[in-house]
Amino acid sequence: MSDLRTPLAKVRGLGSAKGGTHHWMMQKVTALANIPLVLFVVVSFVGNVGKSHADWVAWFKQPLAAVIMILFVLNTMHHLRLGLQVAVEDYVPSHGNRTLVITLINFVVAILAVLSVFSILRIAFGG
Amino acid sequence: MAEFTLPKNSKIGKGKTVKADGASNVKKFSVYRWNPDDGQNPRMDTFEVDMDNCGPMVLDALIKIKNEMDSTLTFRRSCREGICGSCAMNIDGTNTLACTKAIDDVKGEVKITPLPHREVVKDLVPDLNDFYAQYASIKPWMETQSTTPEKERLQSVEDRAKLDGLYECILCACCSTSCPSYWWNGDKYLGPAILLQAYRWLIDSRDENTGERLDDLEDPFRLYRCHTIMNCANACPKGLNPAKAIAEIKIMMAERHG
Repeated sequence: MSDLRTPLAKVRGLGSAKGGTHHWMMQKVTALANIPLVLFVVVSFVGNVGKSHADWVAWFKQPLAAVIMILFVLNTMHHLRLGLQVAVEDYVPSHGNRTLVITLINFVVAILAVLSVFSILRIAFGG
Repeated sequence: MAEFTLPKNSKIGKGKTVKADGASNVKKFSVYRWNPDDGQNPRMDTFEVDMDNCGPMVLDALIKIKNEMDSTLTFRRSCREGICGSCAMNIDGTNTLACTKAIDDVKGEVKITPLPHREVVKDLVPDLNDFYAQYASIKPWMETQSTTPEKERLQSVEDRAKLDGLYECILCACCSTSCPSYWWNGDKYLGPAILLQAYRWLIDSRDENTGERLDDLEDPFRLYRCHTIMNCANACPKGLNPAKAIAEIKIMMAERHG
């Protein structure tokens, strides 16, 4: 079927989505927050290398460590979700497929985030 | 998914070679050829140009080829001094203007193809209809609400200076067709050239529709496909920086977002 719409009709399309700025800003904000959080996690984990299971559990039981670990998980998962969405929007052309893939990514990331937070809390408050 | 190989009927074959008889100072030009009427695949023709009887720019060589070697060679050109933007093409792997690209700057064979990722009309002529429609869509004219003044609309020297680096754009499409984001999503993403033009009207102190202009741009595809790849700034034959203009638009968006 040939498309007889004018080029301008195609370009104007369905109009502006009136969105995207929040997404863009949150990607920058989460990236900024990632700098100290990732630094903390890397330094702490490297410092704990070779220690026993009990030592690791003790480390997670420290309120500051547990809180920062939860922040780290939530922030990186949010950043991951935003970033993957951009990659999918770049490379998946079909609107139907794109929405499906982005939805699946959101589900997986949400599961990973809740699972991680639950695990940290379980160690932190566990017996 | 994005296509990473050429479709069968777009695979480029080897074409003819036209020699420069009796010339001692010869430069080879490998030129993309495609004719919509002959049903053939595109091909790369080689022309050996006598540099002792040729001007210094790539456009000079193309005109010489068309005049003396193969009159069917098709390309756009007009001003031959980098102000009309007609002769934009890919030369030696970079989008640029044939009229301002010196032949001496290219080592070895000069490979010339049309602007990338556009449909080809013929030979070196790309279809830029969508590009022009995108330009029209950003309303590249002054929009005002207040009563038209009796004399000219005044602008301070400082505000006028904000248009420097923007008004020089000649809409040759070198930047947009060098942008991977524009290649993959050129149907919705406006691309660097059009966004630089959009910013030119956003920042004009005499324009009164800044908010509406931002409204029209606030879109994940129209604006936010720019990932600061910076091919645009690399390609621009006028030395402009579309990526910076796009960054300024994003800052305006963030400012009004709060």
